[in-house]
Amino acid sequence: MKVNVDFDLCESNAVCMAVAPETFEVRDDDFLYVLNENPPAEHHEKVREAAERCPKQAITLEDV
Amino acid sequence: MVIGDEPHRPYDRPPLSKEFLTGPYDEDRLLLRPTADPANLDFTLKLGRKAIELDVEQGRVMLDDGEVITYEGLVIATGAQPRRLPASAGAEGASGLHVLRSLDDARSLREDLHPGKRVLVVGAGFIGAEVAASARQMGCEVTLIDLASAPLDRVLDSASGMAIADLHRSNGVDVRLEVALDHVEVDEGGRVKRSVLSSGDVVAIDTVVVGIGVVPNTGWLSGSGLTVDDGVVADETCLAAPRVVVAGDVAKWPNRSFGGRMMRVEQWDNAIDQGGYAGRRIVAAIKGDALATPVEPYAPIPWFWSDQYDRKIQLAGMPTERAELMQGAVADRQFVKAFLDEDDVVQGVLCWNRPRQAVLGRQLVAAGESVAAARERLG
Repeated sequence: MKVNVDFDLCESNAVCMAVAPETFEVRDDDFLYVLNENPPAEHHEKVREAAERCPKQAITLEDV
Repeated sequence: MVIGDEPHRPYDRPPLSKEFLTGPYDEDRLLLRPTADPANLDFTLKLGRKAIELDVEQGRVMLDDGEVITYEGLVIATGAQPRRLPASAGAEGASGLHVLRSLDDARSLREDLHPGKRVLVVGAGFIGAEVAASARQMGCEVTLIDLASAPLDRVLDSASGMAIADLHRSNGVDVRLEVALDHVEVDEGGRVKRSVLSSGDVVAIDTVVVGIGVVPNTGWLSGSGLTVDDGVVADETCLAAPRVVVAGDVAKWPNRSFGGRMMRVEQWDNAIDQGGYAGRRIVAAIKGDALATPVEPYAPIPWFWSDQYDRKIQLAGMPTERAELMQGAVADRQFVKAFLDEDDVVQGVLCWNRPRQAVLGRQLVAAGESVAAARERLG
């Protein structure tokens, strides 16, 4: 799985960080950082949920 | 089977008061699962159909076209509708008078937001404040009134509420507090033209938006035997009757994370969480003895945000009378505040343009941390 974020859409609502903190982190500069663009299998479910719940639909996932 | 009274495919409501009004989002952008083919879903979607009666004993729902649906398990998620002005306001049926809840409401309001148009927004809650900000962005002249002494007074401490008033004033909104709309005058064409406030002040207008809260959609449940009290009352697992669960704006249930306080949450994040929970709960209720099946209670820490101009205002948990500043300054409109109970336990965290702290704050509330821990992690 490859995680892509459209940073033109992202508004740093931090919903993804609440759902999948291993993969997404909003830092003190208010920007979202993807901690691991190729998350391990055990995090895939949470990452999918984070992508679905993003209020701006800014996260897309690719099968690799 | 999913039954809904709106004719539209399921869509996302939060942009209706923001990006949809100001332009960047078109209707396709609002759709949930836009690429899903409605013919290919593994459930039946009945749109534009309204449930009008429930028979809990027989497990039946009657629809407005006479159809009777028999169920094994029922999720009540009928939401809420905007509260309207009283008839004494004299505006019933006038053109230029709006509420904002549905896509149809937003389509109609969008037609009225043009540069130079004079817009009165009645109610400075979330909807009113967001519409005021959007109307300003569209170049309208905006007056925002509220009965309370500060905007958002149901959810914010007064200092933070006044910061909302200042935010709007500095963006050119005429904010008037502790004042109500007395009545509206209409021109020969049936369009609103003047509003008279309880103070006696007269404001010339082209459009009125009423944002004075919502009423849960429970009318169809009278006679069902379910307990209705500002929402459908359920137990701490959202169960309202043996094979009936509730979710979303219509649900009222005791939240164990806040000492079993009865809650009804009108927020987007809760609608998603409680909807998922309700689905699992109803499956458990159908499979086992409904009341004997052990199910974890639904005990979320509510979380919402509101976007106004360039500010993102987030609250995790619940506000209390005791607010303490954790970082930043209210005057700078970038700060974090903790709401405490009498034992200094954090009940809620308010963040202005500090999204990271909202996530951390929610964890602090969930863990029942004290103000000392909050200072360390949020400061």
